Amino acid sequence: MDGAVNFLRVTLIRVFYAVILLIAVLILNFSLMHMAPGDVADTIAQAAGGIDAEALEQIRREYGLDQPFLVQLGRYIGNVLRFDLGYSFFYSDKVTSLILSRLPATLLLVITAQLLALVVGVILGVFSARKPNGILSHFVTFLALFGYSAPVFWTGLLMLVIFSLMIPIFPVAGMRDVTIEGGFFAQAFDIARHLVLPMITLSSIFLALYSRLARATMMEVLGSDYVRTAKAKGLTNRQVVYKHALKNSLSPVITLAGLQLSAVVSGAVLVETVFSWPGLGTLAFQSILARDTPLILGILFFSALVVIVGNLLTDLALRLVDPRVGGKK
Amino acid sequence: MKHLFNGLIAATAVASVLAATTAIAEEPRHGGTLKTQLGNNLRTLNSAVQSGIVTGFPGAQLFASPLRYDDSWTPQPYLAESWEVSDDGLKVTLNLVEDAVFHDGEPIKSSDIAFSVKVIQEAHPFKSMFAPVTSVDTPDEHTAVLNLAHPHPGLMLAMSGQLMSIIPEHVYGDGQDFKTHPRNIEDVVGSGPFKLTEYKNGEHVILERFDDFFIEGRPYLDKIVMRIMRDSSARAIAYENGELDFGAFESEPLIINRLKKVDHLTVTPTGYGAIGALDWLAMNTTKGPLADKRVRQAIAYAIDKNFIQNALMQGTVADSNTGIHPDSPFYNADVNNYAVDLDKANALLDEAGFPMNGGERFALTIDFGWPAAKPHVEYVRAALKKVGINVEVRASADFPTWAKRMGTMDFDLSWDAVFNWGDPSIGVHRTYLTSNIAKGVWSNTQGYSNARVDEILNMAGKENDPEKRKALYAEFQQIVNDEVPIYFVQTLPYHTVYSNKVMNAPVNGIWSTSSPLDQVWLKE
Repeated sequence: MDGAVNFLRVTLIRVFYAVILLIAVLILNFSLMHMAPGDVADTIAQAAGGIDAEALEQIRREYGLDQPFLVQLGRYIGNVLRFDLGYSFFYSDKVTSLILSRLPATLLLVITAQLLALVVGVILGVFSARKPNGILSHFVTFLALFGYSAPVFWTGLLMLVIFSLMIPIFPVAGMRDVTIEGGFFAQAFDIARHLVLPMITLSSIFLALYSRLARATMMEVLGSDYVRTAKAKGLTNRQVVYKHALKNSLSPVITLAGLQLSAVVSGAVLVETVFSWPGLGTLAFQSILARDTPLILGILFFSALVVIVGNLLTDLALRLVDPRVGGKK
Repeated sequence: MKHLFNGLIAATAVASVLAATTAIAEEPRHGGTLKTQLGNNLRTLNSAVQSGIVTGFPGAQLFASPLRYDDSWTPQPYLAESWEVSDDGLKVTLNLVEDAVFHDGEPIKSSDIAFSVKVIQEAHPFKSMFAPVTSVDTPDEHTAVLNLAHPHPGLMLAMSGQLMSIIPEHVYGDGQDFKTHPRNIEDVVGSGPFKLTEYKNGEHVILERFDDFFIEGRPYLDKIVMRIMRDSSARAIAYENGELDFGAFESEPLIINRLKKVDHLTVTPTGYGAIGALDWLAMNTTKGPLADKRVRQAIAYAIDKNFIQNALMQGTVADSNTGIHPDSPFYNADVNNYAVDLDKANALLDEAGFPMNGGERFALTIDFGWPAAKPHVEYVRAALKKVGINVEVRASADFPTWAKRMGTMDFDLSWDAVFNWGDPSIGVHRTYLTSNIAKGVWSNTQGYSNARVDEILNMAGKENDPEKRKALYAEFQQIVNDEVPIYFVQTLPYHTVYSNKVMNAPVNGIWSTSSPLDQVWLKE
């Protein structure tokens, strides 16, 4: 009983901190956007191919950009507290509906790329750890360094040239071919076809990370006492590696993968641009360039929320699972 | 000899008639989907409240304008089957096509013309286009009379392209803000040859044939798919492998020249005259050495235009020596082209009182607002060093950073690109009028002030006699070419790319894709 009350108390405190953190994120980013030179009226002028001075003033007045900083900030925070993220200046649409319309594409891309990188990375890492000086190990090292150091837009364009132009098996851009008619499976296959190149491109960065980490931890684990014990019991090499060592070497890799939650927004920007993937990353990037304050704050608010909730859940889960974390002193 | 020459002309004439007949012989085919691209995200589909080349493309398909233009800059009937300008130039009467309907089946009436003018006056970025319009009379359902405060010849071009989109009053006149009206991005009801099927932000705009379009038998296409593709390299690959049939506003020299070599593609710079995009070096004429005309002229003589046009832009641009696009009927080619002349540049700088002092005369900064202009400013830095001007390149983090500097005249030199938008009164005057100094980006950011230029522009804006008007603009171009508030370099290298199955691509007009594609058809 005592434990449950304690648990509830801790949860409430965490939620309280999370709300404060969210507001801090908003105030900080609002101030940063305000300090950046130029405003959305300039970028609207750019999209319009020039604009008359009168219209420029009109835009600033309509969006309240002529008001003092604190008034603008107060209005914005007030709206957010009423669960209203406002209207995008640039797209004249609701911020929430813009974010929600872009979210599925990004989730699909980031999650599949992460899974691909995780699975392939761990396999490669384990293989190369078993024979650290073998030819396969060197190849994996090379691949990892190449994937990590090649700029991702370059990798993307290279993939396009090879697999869309020279051997035209994959489409160049977008998430679907709108000219295709057909049921669910035809559509799903079409999206999968469009997904392949951007997914591989995006996973090339993470692949390097995971394979190196998996290789290092695997080598460490393979040298530990219980592995020696297992071998001494007469287990085969295969059993030792996949039953005993692998489980224990995975935890750092999974922790790292958990940390990549924020990649929902940041990691995919370049890949989304090269492949015209209609995701959240490009929306975030463009809204910064456009000085579209409500939209960029909405996206940051949203991603902060994802990270905070993710951390909170991990934390609480750890408390439930591992009695050593946050227990009674 | 003369005989032979006449014979040659006759032969050419016969040949062109023959060519024309073969072209006619090919009967346009109905049907098919045109796959094309938008190079950036859209703010809105409602081109009555938004200008620019991105909204212009879908905008001109969704909404009809009263007039359209052929490639000789002559107005043609479109939604207005005829029009008259009164002798005093104060009344412009539009006679609308009688059986025209909006996409929801409601008739297009003269009251919709009046409503659209009101919306454009209130919400469109170009205030000067309809500023002289004091009221619109609607004597009957098919006649609209625009009453003007003074003659306004620029109105003709302002009634074409995407600049005067006719939108339905019964949809957009419900009291909501015109700029943020929810039906600007969904359930759009237009008057043009195509209607909206679907718009997805960041992904695509899909249009389909409007069966009750007011021109019988048009459009030919069943569907237009516009994919939003921001990466130019990806677009290039898509043209090559057939994922895109057609696209406009391609502007990277490397890509343009590469696509020219692809067999099934046509790549052409024609059809951009009214968009009128000019690429130039702006100078802040209000401070330091640049306040002296001789210094500005010296800079023009020190820069080798040929190098920029041929080495940097690889021959994809056209020369331009005034503030008006070379395709425009108002362009005055009889001006100084400032062919590179370092001796003259040095002499002018000496004369202006900036002697060479240990290899240096004075220092300036140069700005640029987008990555494609970086090679240009780097070249200007190198070129001006030769005549003793030390130029420091100031990078801007992004476009708004640069726009802020320009708008507040916080610069010495800057690369810039400005669009004419049809009539000079819309997109040219703003750069030179004393009354428009430092009014934000793309105003008179040069701080240029010349009483004669102000007078000429004010007269030309109201001069209905085409010859007199042309003479006024010719004099204006002489003056700004001589005084160099801007060193005019070239046009932007806009090119249209289309596959050989696309017929009647919109390259024979002046508005590029800010004009209807009702005549485009696809070969099997």
